[in-house]
Amino acid sequence: MRPTAPLALALSAVLTAGVLTGCSLGPDDDPNTVEIAFPKDIDNNVTVRDDYLAYVAKQFEKANPGKKVKLVPIQAPQNDYYTKIQIMMRSPNTAPDLVYEDTFLLQSDIESGYLQPLDKYLDKWDDWSKFEDTAKQAGESEDGKTYGVPDGTDTRGLWFNKKIFMKAGLPTDWAPKTWDDVLEAARAVKKNVPDVTPFNIFTGKAAGEAAAMQGFEMLLYGTQDQLYDEKSKKWVVGSEGFRDSLEFVDTVFKEKLGPHVSDALSPDIQTQVMTDHLPKEKLAIALDGSWINQQWIKTGGAPWPEWSETMGVAPMPTQNGQEPGKTSMSGGWAWSIPKKSGNHDLAWKMIETLQQPENAREWCIRGSQIAVREDVARDRKYLNAIPRTKFFTDLVDVTHYRPALPLYPRVSEAITVAMEKVTTGDATPAQGARSYDKQVRSITDGAVIKR
Amino acid sequence: MSVTKAPAAPREPRPDEPPVRQGRPYESARRYARWLPVAPGTVLLLLFLIGPIGYCVYLAFTDLQLTGQANASFVGLDNFTRAFGDEDFVNAVVLTLVFTLVSSIIGQNTLGLTLAALMQRASKTVRTVTGAIVICAWVVPEIVAGFLLYTFFHRRGTLNEVLDFLHLPDQNWLFTLPILAVSFANIWRGTAFSMLVYSAALSEIPDEVTESAQIDGANAWQRLIHVTLPMIRRSIGTNLMLNTLQTLSVFGLIWAMTRGGPGNRSETLPVFMYDQAFNKALIGYGTAVALLLLVVGGLFSVVYLRLMREEV
Repeated sequence: MRPTAPLALALSAVLTAGVLTGCSLGPDDDPNTVEIAFPKDIDNNVTVRDDYLAYVAKQFEKANPGKKVKLVPIQAPQNDYYTKIQIMMRSPNTAPDLVYEDTFLLQSDIESGYLQPLDKYLDKWDDWSKFEDTAKQAGESEDGKTYGVPDGTDTRGLWFNKKIFMKAGLPTDWAPKTWDDVLEAARAVKKNVPDVTPFNIFTGKAAGEAAAMQGFEMLLYGTQDQLYDEKSKKWVVGSEGFRDSLEFVDTVFKEKLGPHVSDALSPDIQTQVMTDHLPKEKLAIALDGSWINQQWIKTGGAPWPEWSETMGVAPMPTQNGQEPGKTSMSGGWAWSIPKKSGNHDLAWKMIETLQQPENAREWCIRGSQIAVREDVARDRKYLNAIPRTKFFTDLVDVTHYRPALPLYPRVSEAITVAMEKVTTGDATPAQGARSYDKQVRSITDGAVIKR
Repeated sequence: MSVTKAPAAPREPRPDEPPVRQGRPYESARRYARWLPVAPGTVLLLLFLIGPIGYCVYLAFTDLQLTGQANASFVGLDNFTRAFGDEDFVNAVVLTLVFTLVSSIIGQNTLGLTLAALMQRASKTVRTVTGAIVICAWVVPEIVAGFLLYTFFHRRGTLNEVLDFLHLPDQNWLFTLPILAVSFANIWRGTAFSMLVYSAALSEIPDEVTESAQIDGANAWQRLIHVTLPMIRRSIGTNLMLNTLQTLSVFGLIWAMTRGGPGNRSETLPVFMYDQAFNKALIGYGTAVALLLLVVGGLFSVVYLRLMREEV
């Protein structure tokens, strides 16, 4: 038989295929190693989560001889972390065995089929009954299955620096009743202590979910409006509350009460506020999360022993002081197992280790989390570990949760785009709200309700 | 890629060519055997280049999302019609054209030619030093250049330090004129390539030609317009083409400096594409935009090829 071109091609195809399969492309799919993907802060000094996971990993390896834990830290701004794990979970070659999921993405990733239902494990796990119901709901999807085990929750409020407040002639037991009170305090700081930034609210695309949740939703959920209408099962557009919230953001940056706009829009603003602006006392008021003091305790990235004397806290007021007078938002993170990991049982074992009561408590202390397990929530050691825990835990009574829907992440992105347009002055609050409405109509294929 | 094509003249058959009608059987066997050495390379190309490209083309016609969707479906031309109705896409196209025109066609090209021309007359030392400095900017990885220039243009960066020292007003271009800042960055980084191409081209021009033009009384400007430029026309075309295609696909530099912001004031097509595919999770739409970017590149190439073909 004569050699022919197709034959030659086929022959080399076989050869190259052999070469390709010979070298493994993905990470080691070793059944004895559990790979854990988690977000690593862009500031190398911040290793709160890395240290905690290394601490639990050691226990795990001791308790399970022959098994190994491989930490896969993903160092990126938070938005890029989400993208990265989604891409990793698409292929069995790259899927980690355990992944740390922000609860706002859970529904979306469940919908995509990235995650493994955990019910068969949860049914045999006694500890599951100790978790609070609201926390469990974050990982439940519409099919009634559960896809994530939460390790803590959070609330949000106003942190303020009492020393700066004294200089500005403001009370150190500050308790604003309306949005205007917040702005007035910021104006007083601007006038009397000109070398500090009066007020920080996260905004724009780079801050991502921090801008949407710590910033925008902390405002919106203190108005009469919300993002999603539970009754009609539709997303809300054209609401007055939405415009007013953008108006607030606009006021902050127009009156130069916030950080310089280019700093406010940079991807490291979240870390900066936690590890630099607040501990170095360059910022008077921060609308931020309950966890930020994790950086100031001895395991944090910017230890600051005096923080508990210096920093006061106040609930975020509703827009005009209407009932219940204060508002908050809650989220949290959960451990999930990617469907394509191929190491489900070992990964589950790791979740169990992470959620042993002492380890769960350890994380709540190191991460300055609000406990989601009843046994930890009652634990004296946890309650007394960090000042302000009680204050933020009490906010759970007035807190709101983000719409737990697959479309939420895209709606959230649209919020940050509108915020950025207003922050840079490229759009008025009304224009920003209109562009958001247009975006949401397109995201939901028109399933919206006009207010 | 061959870019200089002489008009095809009727070709004499080469003596070693097999006759069109096949004679003995081993002749054809030999012809097929010639495929053997090329085959592995061809297969690799098919696997690693054509495969993914084909997959991308297919994705551009689906509504695939990175998250929040159970199954992707075929949507025909939806992504493309959507792009043309999307004001952010139009903004990205305009910015891409501005970026390409300012930084590549005007900036890198002219500056590269000027540097090459000046270096021709300079002493060896000056030539070596200048060349080394310019090429240094070109060899640093794109992302490093991006961070360097970010710290240079930043509100509290090097440039403002210098301006303060000279008692000149501050700038904040990364925020106020981001597209200009990234264009400058691209000029800084990419001029070396043009300089090298033009240095080579200018050294090809025989001295006799310039001398005789001089004797004929042509001044420097006339010599440039009527002698030098026409003689290096092909190099200009090649350089423009390579520069443009490279500039069209610049991503890391812009991403490191501005992330396409603030708002979308420096969101060129590659950044827009990334934003749609990965931040907004619309992989299908992002891929469609990538194809459109390919078309823009193709149009530029066609124009340059035509320019190079015409006889002066």
